[in-house]
Amino acid sequence: MSVFQCPECGYRFDEEVGDTHEGYKPGTKFHTLPDDFACPDCAVRFKEDFVEA
Amino acid sequence: MVMKGYTAVSADGEAILYEDRKRWLWALSLLYPLQPLLGIWLHYLTGVEAWLLLPLLTGYLIAPLMDWVLGEDQNNPPDAVVIQLDRDRYYRILTYIVVPLHFIALIGAAWWAGTQELSAWALVGLAIVTGLTSGLGINTGHELGHKKSRFERTLAKIVLAVPAYGHFWIEHNRGHHRDVSTPEDPASARMGESIYRFATREIPGAFRRAWAIEKERLTRREKPTWSTDNQILQSMALTLILQCTLLLLFGWKMIPFLLLHNAFAWWQLTSANYVEHYGLLRRKDENGRYERCQPHHSWNSNHIYSNLVLFHLQRHSDHHAHPLRRYQSLRHFDDLPTLPSGYFGVYLIAYVPWLWFRIMDPRLLALPHVRGDLDKVNIEPGQRSKILEKYASTASA
Ligand SMILES: [Zn+2]
Repeated sequence: MSVFQCPECGYRFDEEVGDTHEGYKPGTKFHTLPDDFACPDCAVRFKEDFVEA
Repeated sequence: MVMKGYTAVSADGEAILYEDRKRWLWALSLLYPLQPLLGIWLHYLTGVEAWLLLPLLTGYLIAPLMDWVLGEDQNNPPDAVVIQLDRDRYYRILTYIVVPLHFIALIGAAWWAGTQELSAWALVGLAIVTGLTSGLGINTGHELGHKKSRFERTLAKIVLAVPAYGHFWIEHNRGHHRDVSTPEDPASARMGESIYRFATREIPGAFRRAWAIEKERLTRREKPTWSTDNQILQSMALTLILQCTLLLLFGWKMIPFLLLHNAFAWWQLTSANYVEHYGLLRRKDENGRYERCQPHHSWNSNHIYSNLVLFHLQRHSDHHAHPLRRYQSLRHFDDLPTLPSGYFGVYLIAYVPWLWFRIMDPRLLALPHVRGDLDKVNIEPGQRSKILEKYASTASA
């Protein structure tokens, strides 16, 4: 399980906890997120911009 | 007045002491929502109904005049203190206090409209000025809705309920910021598109996009779109309670009053959206994706008075670069697309389309990244041939 972070605003996607508010269940792998996944907090960085923390 | 200093060490090891000269001026934000009540008070004292229109005077005469007289403010917090400034709670508390003030303004104005024997034009006028004031509430909702904390997002939903615009923060954060300065964005105006035409595209387009974004989120959560978890409906429910209560308390006059109020609040936002990205266009890369939003994809203004009224909204390039950055920390940069005045003066120009095109189209084409190249401009499709004919010669020049 890894954590991926938005380089702009610091939003963290922790695969272990997912993001229930956004509808991503605990255990959701980052690579399974939709291709057009935008950062839920700033929406100006996308899936490919995220960095593994 | 005591100044509050921030100390830091810059990237090249120099000690920095920064004092925010606007710190206490931001407290003026607490007065703007109360303008309709000031007009009502003067009407009460003098019996002259025209006083009810006071916010028209402050918004469309005094604000442009103050921008002209006080001019620009290019004062910037240095990079090294931005984090400290962002964390200073004083600034955010002002935005929290503004929220109930917008409820007080609407309820107070509705009470006056419903209980006094006003002439028809005074009733209409009071509805309009209260709506323009609630438009400032959308601006406060904008500032709050961009933040991560649940508390601030809740406050955004609450203040947006006043003008029945609860979908705005979802649409804006997740839609506009993603699609800004592209033909796909209903909230980015195109060259050759008048503000009136823009309004008919922006208002429904923004609502549809917000609804689609929220629906997608609820579908992922395996919840129905029409549920209490729908954040648009949460805000709209509060609108319904507030406005129906006013209707029950003050009678049928509230129907035209509230309709006009809501429409003019939306119109304030439409005006801001119209001027913020007029004609600007992000380029598509070879994969068909738009380039990241750059500083030259927003129009800016450093006029101090209107910036104080709008929580620095006019430092718009920095806002798009860092959407979560708090208003007090937004920075000015040189060589950005710049509006001829603060928003309130520019709105007046926008309301006269031929004047707007005359002033803004050459300004747009003269931008360093455009240099007359119409392929680098977001053009209204219906106006394309007319614009090409008129300006094609400037490209080769
Ligand atoms: Zn982000």
